[in-house]
Parts: sequence; C-alpha cells; structure tokens
Amino acid sequence: MRTAAEPTVNQLLALADDELILGWRDSEWTGIAPFLEEDVAFSSIAQTEIGHARAFYELAARELGGTADTLAFDRSPAEYRSSPLVELRLVHDWGKTIARHVLYELADAIRIAELKESDDADLAGLAEKIEREEAYHVMHAQMWADRLAESDEGRARLVAGLEELWPYALGLVEGAARERFLASVRERLPFFSPPDVEPVERGAHVDEWAKLWDEMTMVRRSAPGGQW
Amino acid sequence: MSVAAALTPERVWERLREIPDPEIPVISLVDLGVVRDVAVEGERVRVDFTPTFLGCPALEVMQRLMADAVRELGGEPEVIVRSDDPWTTDRITPEGRAKLREAGFAPPGPRPAVGQVQLVDIQRGPFRCPYCDSTDTRLDNIFGPTPCRSIRYCERCRQPFEQFKTV
Repeated sequence: MRTAAEPTVNQLLALADDELILGWRDSEWTGIAPFLEEDVAFSSIAQTEIGHARAFYELAARELGGTADTLAFDRSPAEYRSSPLVELRLVHDWGKTIARHVLYELADAIRIAELKESDDADLAGLAEKIEREEAYHVMHAQMWADRLAESDEGRARLVAGLEELWPYALGLVEGAARERFLASVRERLPFFSPPDVEPVERGAHVDEWAKLWDEMTMVRRSAPGGQW
Repeated sequence: MSVAAALTPERVWERLREIPDPEIPVISLVDLGVVRDVAVEGERVRVDFTPTFLGCPALEVMQRLMADAVRELGGEPEVIVRSDDPWTTDRITPEGRAKLREAGFAPPGPRPAVGQVQLVDIQRGPFRCPYCDSTDTRLDNIFGPTPCRSIRYCERCRQPFEQFKTV
C-alpha cells in the first residue's frame, strides 16, 4: 500500500513539468537580465531546473514507459500537469520574476523535503541531491527578495508581484504542505501579508502556455525520432 | 590466458583513474569521486556511477568514457547510474582538491554538519584565492559558468576566480 509520503506518478510528472517549464521561462532572461551576473545566474538556474526535470521524468518513465524526452516533449499541451505559476511569461518584469522565483523556491523546498522521506531509495536519494542543488536557488531568491525590499520602489514592485502571484503559488503544493508553505512565506518574506484567496490549481493552464509549448517542442516535432 | 581472464577491479580502477573530467580535465573521474564501485564478473564489468550536478552536460560524456575504457581492457561494460547514494563534493579526494587548486579552481568547502549551505556561509566563509592564497575574498556571484561553480573575487590580487560549490 502506498503510504502518505509516496508520490503518485502524476505528482512526479507535476514536479517534472514545473521544473522543465520554469527552467524554460528562466532561460528567457539569458542575455537581457538587469546585469551580467544575473544573465549567468538565471541561465545556470534554468540549466539545473531542467536537469531536475529530466531526473523526475526518468523516474516517472519507470512506471509510464517511454523516456525523459518522450514525457517532456511528446505530450499534448493539455496533458502537462504544470502549475500555472511556472507557465506565466514574466520576462521584462524583474520584480515579478523575483516574486515568482522566491515563492517557487520556498514551495519547492517543502515538497522536496517530503520526497526525502520516500521508501523508494532512488527517489529519496534523488530528492536529497536535488535539495542540495536547490539550496543555491533558495539563497539566490531570498537574496534578491531582501535586496528589493530594501528600497521603497523595489519593495512596492516585489510586493505587487507577490500579491498577484500568490493564488498561483498556492497551487504548487497540496494538502498539509500548503500550511507549511504559508508559514515559510510569513517567516522568510515578513514584508508580505499573503491574501486569503482561492488557489489556482493545476490543470488550469494559462493563455501563454500554448505558445510556450509550441516553442519548446518545435525542434522535436520538426524531426520526429531525431537524435542529437 | 585470455585478456578477459586478466580483468580485475584493480585494473579497472587504475584505468578509470586516467580518465579526465570532460569539463575540468585536470581532475580524473576517480578523484572527482563519481565512481562508487567496480565489480568484475568474467568479462562483465559493472561500474557504479554517481552523477555530479543533475543539469551537468558532462554526465553522459563521463559514462561513455568509462564504458570505452572498460572495452579497451577487453571487458563488457555496464555503467549503472546510482540515484540512491547521491554524490557530494565531500567525495573529491585530497589529490583531486590539490589538482583543482593548482589549475586555478578553488576546491569546495566541507558540507555543513546539519542542513544545507546558507548564503551567509558563502558570503563570510574563509575562502582561499587559488592564485595568491589570500582569504580576503568575496562572493561575486552564487552562479558561474557551470552548475558546479560560483564566482569569487580576491581583494588582494584583484583576480576573479572560480569557487566550487559545496553540495
């Protein structure tokens, strides 16, 4: 019997989809971030997120068949289990990008910590490894949130982003993890009061998603079965 | 005596020790600590491999290089990617750390006893410049040219340098 700590294959896919799509969105800052260090940072974060997506797809493929690539690129847009939070196109709005970054990383830390308790040694080991790598994303997100919060304009932009994205962020985690997420946000982002709203749940894709899917899968669809 | 009969784990380890890391060729895969185990059964050679950073594009190259090396010895390779025993920078050998430093890469610090590395650790820790040995260095960017590295700046010799992340 599956214990409470064991994720379903759909939860693994949701995780993988979140990481893949966020990685893609983060990579949109490559070359146009506010300064060079952030070009490097967002590109590196994007690379790591996509690496994590691949690892989760490989685990899901044990049950579903196929490979990481078929799961990542051969599904129809409606089949993805991503959170709408990661689908949003935020490029050009740095305040909102940092708001998503910090909300995502705080929620992600909670679900990765849960996976470390899995009875599946591969999944638990993978979660432990991912947690160590994600620690650098968390510190980067927190550093930027704190930096923006230091000035009136920065704080206003960040908080506007946090308020707008909060219902989406709540949809990242389920059940009791939502309470833990809320507590973490209150502790780490003291300048933000999370509004009491209904979460935007998975399955409700945002308008920008179809265009991103088209872009993400274009090469794969142009040469089916191609090997690089 | 056939070639395969002469295959021993020691010979395989010795050969693996000659394989450079694809991105940082000053260090071998064995010094990097990614080879967890070698088992030989007749001609079959099983190499247990623990990936470094999951987003690292060198991982597939590493696996191919190890399989090729086993074939050169006359063995039939099976490279197993282990997820249950995650790699950590603590597995880089002392020899590996010395080679990294000589090549201008500051080796990683030890993992914290509890929890994960915090920003304050990498902002205030005693990181040593690989060029002039000064610890008067500061964090310039948490992220660098590859997932495994950060960028620091040495205030003494005024040189930026690459610092391995601790994971």
